[in-house]
Amino acid sequence: MYDFAYHRPASLEEAERLLSGASDGTLIAGGMTLIPALKQRLASPSDVIDLSGVAGLSGISEAGGAIVVGALTPHAAVASDAVVTARVPALAALAAEIGDPQVRNRGTLGGSIANNDPVADYPAAVLGLGATVRTNRREIAADDFFTGMFETALEDGEIVTAVSFPVPDKAGYTKFSNPASRYAVVGVLVSRGPAGTRVAVTGAGPCVFRSAELEQALAGDFTAAALDAVTVAAEGLNSDIHASADYRAHLVGVMAKRAVAACG
Amino acid sequence: MLTVSMSVNGRKVSRKVEGRTLLVEFLREHLGLTGTHVGCDTSQCGACVVHVDGASAKACTLLAAQAEGTEVTTIEGLAKNGELHPMQAAFKEHHGLQCGFCTPGMVMSAVDLLKRNPDPSETEVREWLEGNLCRCTGYHNIVKAIRAAARAMAG
Ligand SMILES: Cc1cc2nc3c(=O)[nH]c(=O)nc-3n(C[C@H](O)[C@H](O)[C@H](O)COP(=O)(O)OP(=O)(O)OC[C@H]3O[C@@H](n4cnc5c(N)ncnc54)[C@H](O)[C@@H]3O)c2cc1C
Ligand code: FES
Ligand code: FES
Repeated sequence: MYDFAYHRPASLEEAERLLSGASDGTLIAGGMTLIPALKQRLASPSDVIDLSGVAGLSGISEAGGAIVVGALTPHAAVASDAVVTARVPALAALAAEIGDPQVRNRGTLGGSIANNDPVADYPAAVLGLGATVRTNRREIAADDFFTGMFETALEDGEIVTAVSFPVPDKAGYTKFSNPASRYAVVGVLVSRGPAGTRVAVTGAGPCVFRSAELEQALAGDFTAAALDAVTVAAEGLNSDIHASADYRAHLVGVMAKRAVAACG
Repeated sequence: MLTVSMSVNGRKVSRKVEGRTLLVEFLREHLGLTGTHVGCDTSQCGACVVHVDGASAKACTLLAAQAEGTEVTTIEGLAKNGELHPMQAAFKEHHGLQCGFCTPGMVMSAVDLLKRNPDPSETEVREWLEGNLCRCTGYHNIVKAIRAAARAMAG
């Protein structure tokens, strides 16, 4: 790891200023992705700006039919939060299945979605629940946020501050985990509610995506049986040492059915 | 260079470090607390687990600067007045270690588990240990030790 200047600003404005003033600045939240990247020299920023001192970026509240989760809220806090557990149990369950306890104690929602790892869990929740990403500059609909592999709609200097999840009538998440890392080989979040009937798939392709076929099948009949007749195309899905595209396509269907069944 | 200050095992410490200095390097190389091990250095194995403000964390994946102002507890901070912590005593009693390399991280992780769940089932213990790898024991006696410690700590 190359050395860098470390900063811990106390406000969002100061963080913005440090970021725009640095020749190659980067934000750090939990560091669960950034620090391994620094060690591998995949990233070598001049300045690392720690968001943990910025007030108001962490915590969970309910307002206007939505659960608002601060960007700096660690996965463990989402998993055990009473409001999330009661109102969107699928989100609490998803957070509880990320990595291991130490990763969940440090890793954050904002860091996860800003990174947009194709095998990460949270992108499926944000897209599958039709959430809205709030930043220091604007609000971004989930459908516009995840733009490609490790790519998002975030601009230079833009900082995720919170994510607002509309409370669904029903939602379920199931993933087929990589047994070593617990990342998703395939993860599917299904929901029905104010954002419509949505099926978001992570792990299977280069970026989280919605499955139109599965959504159509569930729109009329929100049951696992409604998915029996649907076959998911393998075209465009990932093939790697963990699973072929054909196997991933099969898993998308199986995980979707289990996710619907998990809705109760 | 920057100065970081924190409390480590109840003692206030302050040292000059580089921005890139990891918490585990700070503990081992700056403070000489070599009980916290480095196994993988890639956030997989859990040999480096310590507590930061009471929650378990992988010290190889945390900058010393990020721990500024926190209370850090390492394996050296568990025993009180020369007496092993019940978790350490249970690992000894139930042969929860062989080479001992993973043990400090296992013990620190397990102590965090019992804080959240004082009476975990065998499955809950095994799930909690997702981030702690052991190449020797096959985990069986580690699980036994943790459940025994839970009983001992319950009184
Ligand atoms: C062993 C291990 C297992 C894991 N398993 C899983 C798993 O099963 N599922 C899963 O989904 N994830 C998994 N992860 C990743 C984990 O969830 C990370 O927490 C997450 O990817 C990044 O969050 P972070 O807060 O640590 O971000 P950081 O590492 O601090 O930052 C990641 C990136 O996001 C940027 N960033 C951070 N916060 C913001 C913000 N508020 N606004 C804009 N940009 C920001 C940073 O600049 C950086 O580029 C695992 C990680 C490890 C180490
Ligand atoms: S040395 Fe930190 S997790 Fe392996
Ligand atoms: S006792 Fe040797 S690695 Fe666990």
